[in-house]
Amino acid sequence: MKKRAVVDRKKCAYCGACVAVCNLDANELVETYLEIKENCTGCGACAKVCPLGALSIEEV
Amino acid sequence: MYDVVVVGAGPAGSMAAKTAAEKGLEVLLIEKRQEIGTPVRCAEGISKTSIERFFEVDKRWIAAEVIGAKIYSPDMTEVVMSEEMAGNEVGYVLERKIFDRQIARLAAKAGAEVRVKTAFEKFERVGDKLKVQMRCIGEKIEVETKILIGADGVESKLGRMAGIIRTLKLDEIESCAQYLMSGLDIDPNYTYFYLGRDIAPGGYAWVFPKGENSANVGIGVLPKMAEKSAKEYLDRFIEKIGMKGKIVEFVAGAVPVYGEIETAVADHLMLAGDAAYHSDPITGGGIANALAAGYYAGLVAYEAVKNNDFSAEFLKRYDKLWKEDFGKKLRRNKKLQEKFLKMDDETLNKLAKSISGKNLKEMSVQAIVKELLKAHPRLLWDLKDLFI
Repeated sequence: MKKRAVVDRKKCAYCGACVAVCNLDANELVETYLEIKENCTGCGACAKVCPLGALSIEEV
Repeated sequence: MYDVVVVGAGPAGSMAAKTAAEKGLEVLLIEKRQEIGTPVRCAEGISKTSIERFFEVDKRWIAAEVIGAKIYSPDMTEVVMSEEMAGNEVGYVLERKIFDRQIARLAAKAGAEVRVKTAFEKFERVGDKLKVQMRCIGEKIEVETKILIGADGVESKLGRMAGIIRTLKLDEIESCAQYLMSGLDIDPNYTYFYLGRDIAPGGYAWVFPKGENSANVGIGVLPKMAEKSAKEYLDRFIEKIGMKGKIVEFVAGAVPVYGEIETAVADHLMLAGDAAYHSDPITGGGIANALAAGYYAGLVAYEAVKNNDFSAEFLKRYDKLWKEDFGKKLRRNKKLQEKFLKMDDETLNKLAKSISGKNLKEMSVQAIVKELLKAHPRLLWDLKDLFI
């Protein structure tokens, strides 16, 4: 089962914390919009660092 | 063709752009947000000396001035530091929305071109220059430059693309949440720090007054040790200390607590501020080092253009400057942070008790550690040489 990070846009405060810990550069803060790219493997580092708990790992 | 393109208009980037432009270089400063200075991602505290060394302070930048700090251990033992000598760790609480804009304006006034809502995309080395691609209000543009300065924050794209820095691990970053609260009943002359694994695992909570009964009330936690989000810890902290007030603003962010990086340069490239993990590993403070780094990066950019040498070898002059300025402090405070992470709440209580009531006249991390070393030489023995 493939995993990936999913962002709750209503919770995200686009602070960039998740970008700083992503080993695959899968997260990108496009001004005030967090983009999670296809290469995300759902390792969960970004979910742990998110100050708001706006990121979760889902099976796809 | 530009001499310098600076990515990111925070304190580091604007300072670099300002310095380079004042030296007569052709400078472009880009900022991906549509407004400079927002959203704020910072607790806004800075020592007086570290801002006054670069600027004549404009009153509009200052939300509050503090004379000291009060630190609380988990059982609320109080350690007071009063600033009888001129300021150290915290002296001003800034209004970053105004401050950041003003520094960018000073860069513009010095001749730098400023572009907002312009995001850096990638760079390519072509001959003895760089081609830089960016996206400006939806439109792709490409410019050429001799030097590229990455001041693009904790999420630095440039630094990782260039292979200068590696991704932060979950014990090298603090996850932070903060409210601006109004209607508070606090003594506005002090900043307040609350320590303990229960309150803020691997970090601390803070209250920084911002005038008119308002304050930045925030928390930083180490994701490796935290079990919940920073915001949940913050809400819990506010409830626990019984802080009553209205939340009028919310801030989220992250601070590198990495320590000193080996080098902040590559051919044609320099990193400054949070992008170079320049923030302090124990206090999380980043503005002071960002300003200094930006200043040095601007100076070295000028020297590089004058000498027509953009090699990493030449740009290492920049490494030398920032390392001489605050590299040692980053190394020292990283060691202290590693030690701090191992301390449980009981140990913190014991340490606080041993120096509580002592009149700490200097407001600095070093002053506390020195005092602690007197009371508990064995516990902190390995830090002795670094702090005395």
